[in-house]
Amino acid sequence: MSQIVTRPGAGSESRIEAPDVLPFEAFWEGRDLPEDVPLGVLLEVDADPEDLAPWFGRLCLVVIPFAAHSDGRGFSLAQKLRDAGYKGRIRARGHLLADQFRAALRVGIDEIEIDDANASRMPAALWRALSEGGDYRSRVFAAG
Amino acid sequence: MYRYTEFDETFVRARVEEFRGQVERRLTGDLTEEEFKPLRLMNGLYLQLHAYMLRVAIPYGTLNSAQMRQLAMIAERWDKGYGHFTTRQNIQFNWPKLKDVPEMLQALADVGMHAIQTSGNCIRNVTADQFAGAATDEIEDPRPTAELIRQWSTDHPAFSYLPRKFKIAITGAPNDRAVTKAHDIGLRMVRQDGEVGYEVTVGGGLGRTPMIGRVVREFLPKADLLAYLEAILEVYNLAGRRDNKYKARIKILLHETGIETLRAQIEETYARKRRLLPEIDAALRAEIEAAFAPPAWDERPVPPLPAEAGLRSFLDMNVTAHKRADHAIVTVSLKPIGGTPGDATAEQMRVLADLAERYGYDELRISHAQNVVLPHVHRADLPALYATLCAAGLATANVGLISDIIACPGLDYCALATARSIPVAQGISEAFADLREQADIGPLQVKISGCINACGHHHVGHIGILGLDRAGVENYQITLGGDGTETAAIGSRTGPGFSAEEIVPAVERLVATYLSLRVGEEETFLEAYRRVGLEPFKTALYDVERADAA
Repeated sequence: MSQIVTRPGAGSESRIEAPDVLPFEAFWEGRDLPEDVPLGVLLEVDADPEDLAPWFGRLCLVVIPFAAHSDGRGFSLAQKLRDAGYKGRIRARGHLLADQFRAALRVGIDEIEIDDANASRMPAALWRALSEGGDYRSRVFAAG
Repeated sequence: MYRYTEFDETFVRARVEEFRGQVERRLTGDLTEEEFKPLRLMNGLYLQLHAYMLRVAIPYGTLNSAQMRQLAMIAERWDKGYGHFTTRQNIQFNWPKLKDVPEMLQALADVGMHAIQTSGNCIRNVTADQFAGAATDEIEDPRPTAELIRQWSTDHPAFSYLPRKFKIAITGAPNDRAVTKAHDIGLRMVRQDGEVGYEVTVGGGLGRTPMIGRVVREFLPKADLLAYLEAILEVYNLAGRRDNKYKARIKILLHETGIETLRAQIEETYARKRRLLPEIDAALRAEIEAAFAPPAWDERPVPPLPAEAGLRSFLDMNVTAHKRADHAIVTVSLKPIGGTPGDATAEQMRVLADLAERYGYDELRISHAQNVVLPHVHRADLPALYATLCAAGLATANVGLISDIIACPGLDYCALATARSIPVAQGISEAFADLREQADIGPLQVKISGCINACGHHHVGHIGILGLDRAGVENYQITLGGDGTETAAIGSRTGPGFSAEEIVPAVERLVATYLSLRVGEEETFLEAYRRVGLEPFKTALYDVERADAA
């Protein structure tokens, strides 16, 4: 089982319910995709998010796996996905720490999926308690 | 100089509290050691051989007297009464207790200092020319750029869990005093058609695979700096190797990808970043620029200086021309004969703080060569300043000479070290104790590392010494001809290493060889080496050995 930690203030009930999460190849290799439902995709860390652009209109969820909390590729992937114009939900799945929640939110990740063992050490309250203030990067790029 | 704004202050204090919480979670077991490690490293806390070590950032090497006094207080209260200045413009405290660290961070925050990103696989403390704002050869003061990079890179959401550490250095002058080509990114200010921008090198680094940085962009407009840095870092974060920590630096990515392909990837990403990122906030930029405005210069006339011999050699060796003729740059050597390179006692730190306040517009710098610099001193004050330094044991007139040695802490402190560095530095310093003899030898940089990670920059020493462990015995390899300046080069290995007893005599033989073959006193060690090559030095090093063995 796993649990999902969402951005502070984001109510889970307002979200579109979890779609099927298909592998990236299903899109890239042109397999038949389910019709008339929003889609989810698992974006492996060595894939290029820009390759998903043709399907942005049909995607409502991109799942980015984090194999280890020390592997920061997922942060750049999320940013690249946002740079490419993806507006749907991004979920980080795997071994992330509550201490990394701030960074995750800032690169455009909306929610974190962690397993129960991690959730027991790092309850949602701990994630939410992380200070949000002091965003140097946003400040530096604040266009006047 | 830059003073912390409310924003900086709030940020640093929040980070201290956050770290306090992380320490508590580690102690209760809610964080595993593996999880805690990157968090503590990003707060500057290492686990060393005997104890924890706290590495405090001195951003681009600039600090004021109040900050220096606080470092002295920290050294006395939580350490053994001294601190160690490093080759990356940091100061290390070698004996703190884990429980005291949040208090130490609090004390640092009180004077606008911190230990953030002095370690870990993130963008490290940005370093710059220690003569910034004072040098005669400067195109522009590099510190506003360095401060901008500090702000941009602090707690960067995408680049805090990189494949490996990432170091950026910047110089505003054509004479590179910041070793920029040995950094992951080196920035050198250049002028093109009247516009000031940066030449960008990438992939420099020392360690076990030393490489000189390659030029990835010849001219980058100032306004586009951060978009370009974001591009380099994004390419590296996604493509840098994570399967082997020894192959994870950007220099390996450059080596395996090739400069042309890497440049194309960076340029493509840069084009996107440039299109999407807002401009750098103009008010913030102006605020930073204003913080580095020159002081209100003292306009007194310069009297003739006394011809006393001690003062004269101090002026010759430790005093550098300032951009104003009536001022001078004073380098205070932390390399007394037989001392530990880069160590300063709390008492010495206070003397330096007093001098900065009295004669130096309240400004101090730390150089990558582990010395302290007073960047702006009116020439009329030089005799009084010298007298005070003499009384404090800080007047060694050896800057740039053979005893002005760079050395890492080595096996005396460091968990990674394979050999001692400090005793070798002390041995060489004592063998050449006579300062007049040293002045005759002329500019000669000896750099010593106690393991292949090369914190002592041995690859770019004119004489580099690398301490290794050979079956439980310390063994010292020599490299010659390294250079960390604008004419950067990696030194060449001479051959088999020397034991701890043999290494100092070996260096003496190298120096004697140089003295015997130089074309006049004007030819420096490095120039002579470049002219004659390795052979005469190899003969001096190894033929003696064979003769002894026979």
